[in-house]
Amino acid sequence: MKKNVFWNWFWIFISLVYFFIPLYATFNFSLKARKGELSLLAYQQMMEDPRILRSLIFSTEIGLLTILLGLLLMVPTVYLVRLKAPRLRPVIEFISLLPFVIPAIVLVFGLIRTYSGGLLPLTNNYTGLNFLLIAGYVVIGLPYLYRSVDAGMSAIDVVTLTEAAQSLGASWPTIMLRVIIPNLRSAMLGAAFLTLAIVLGEFTLATFLVGLKAFGPVIWQVGQNRAYEASALVIVSFIITWVLMGLINFVGRRGAADGSVAAGPR
Amino acid sequence: MSNNARVVASGGNRPKPPSIRKSPPSFAWLGVLPFLVFVVLFLFLPSLSLFVGGFQDAKGNFTLENIRGLFTPFILNAYWVTIKISFTTAVMGGIVGFFLAYALVAGGVPNWVRSSLMTFCGVASNFAGVPLAQAFIFTLGRVGLLTVFLKEALNIDLYGQGFNLYSFWGLSVTYLYFQLPLMVLIITPPIEGLRREWREAAENLGATPSQYWWHIGIPVLMPSLLGSMILLFGNAFGAYATALSLTGGLINLVTILIGSQIKGDVLHNPNLGYALAFGMVVVMAVIMSIYYALRRRSEYWLKQ
Repeated sequence: MKKNVFWNWFWIFISLVYFFIPLYATFNFSLKARKGELSLLAYQQMMEDPRILRSLIFSTEIGLLTILLGLLLMVPTVYLVRLKAPRLRPVIEFISLLPFVIPAIVLVFGLIRTYSGGLLPLTNNYTGLNFLLIAGYVVIGLPYLYRSVDAGMSAIDVVTLTEAAQSLGASWPTIMLRVIIPNLRSAMLGAAFLTLAIVLGEFTLATFLVGLKAFGPVIWQVGQNRAYEASALVIVSFIITWVLMGLINFVGRRGAADGSVAAGPR
Repeated sequence: MSNNARVVASGGNRPKPPSIRKSPPSFAWLGVLPFLVFVVLFLFLPSLSLFVGGFQDAKGNFTLENIRGLFTPFILNAYWVTIKISFTTAVMGGIVGFFLAYALVAGGVPNWVRSSLMTFCGVASNFAGVPLAQAFIFTLGRVGLLTVFLKEALNIDLYGQGFNLYSFWGLSVTYLYFQLPLMVLIITPPIEGLRREWREAAENLGATPSQYWWHIGIPVLMPSLLGSMILLFGNAFGAYATALSLTGGLINLVTILIGSQIKGDVLHNPNLGYALAFGMVVVMAVIMSIYYALRRRSEYWLKQ
């Protein structure tokens, strides 16, 4: 058994080194903006760069709207299917998993082709493009949203709760807002934080639809010509991802591994 | 609900079956409708438009010319490089990820090491795209920290020996940063599903550890292992941002090619671009079908 423990530590050590070095290298670089000494100059420059804060705010807004739209579409659907049409459940599940087969670059290609003319020309004004971006993010987040909301609903007895509320005379809005949604809070929060993590640094959809308004393309742009600022940005975006993942753990979402990882911005 | 009430009211004197009041069948459909409309508009229609475009010529007539165009050396090469890099990183990430996950599950490791590494895997599997590419430039680029360290301290000249971060192997090393943690996250539940009783039973019957692995452990885990690696394959197959910001679009991947095609018609045939994009969907659909088939197979043991 001693030998096994050695190999266990061996793999852990190798992985730790591999995980740690790029972060260390980036962090180390970010402190060297001033020649010959360690300083936080790169971080200061980053804070003073108006594009960065502006794009971060823009992407956060897009993320929040994505969460809102995604939950508005998903929660009633999953609820009603459970309550009234359990036979439809595999269909909804299948549809929700479909985005896994459509790479982001293909999705944005299709969105642009479909909405650059025709009946619904969304790509010729900013509102339309922003909406298209949000819709694309909802599509990308669909598998995770579904899994999360569905798992949240399985944890409570939707049918009994609904019947109990109905027999006490509750209307449909009351049932949704005061019975179902409060019980789904941690599932919905988990979905929200993951969606935000996906949207904030997302590059592919953002660069083709809104360009440098979004955070992902700005990180790329800064990386093209301002290395020190870029390294500070990498550290910051790593910390943002870490915080959001930590929040997911905190609200108690676990075990949705493949849903939570296959959607990330590659 | 008000709709339903009107129906009942307008029914006049004819007696209505009371069951209609209890669960009107149209209601569920109405609530599901926004979701279905959304999916049709933003998932089905875009895919359909690429699919249809792939079978049209510039004038909109049906043609198979674009499909034939996919089998020209340049595009076949793009698919080949994409498949090669996805395969390489899926196998490497899969194997190392399995050993790491096993090391974390098997015990002999303090709990805090295990839980913090697991959390880190959640973060790292979502830390991809542009920031990841840049982190690797700071590490293994020409003046990256590790490159310089190896050269100055150990006298190993990576670039002199043919390594280049902006090429196939550089991209693979970078992809591993999200592939490896993803593997750990998806293979951990099946490893945890290996019952201690099976091992004890095997040992009681006189099995050696290698016999246990050969006859029990590996057969039980095989569907999960293959399934996870296939998922990793798909994960790398669709990657765009990481590859673009690392190589500046110099590597001939399908995603990069599609990106250039969106920016400006580099293939000089928009419809060939649609066929190219839909080809990716076909490959991904095959991959995900195999993944779900294998996952169902692996759940058989986990549920026992």
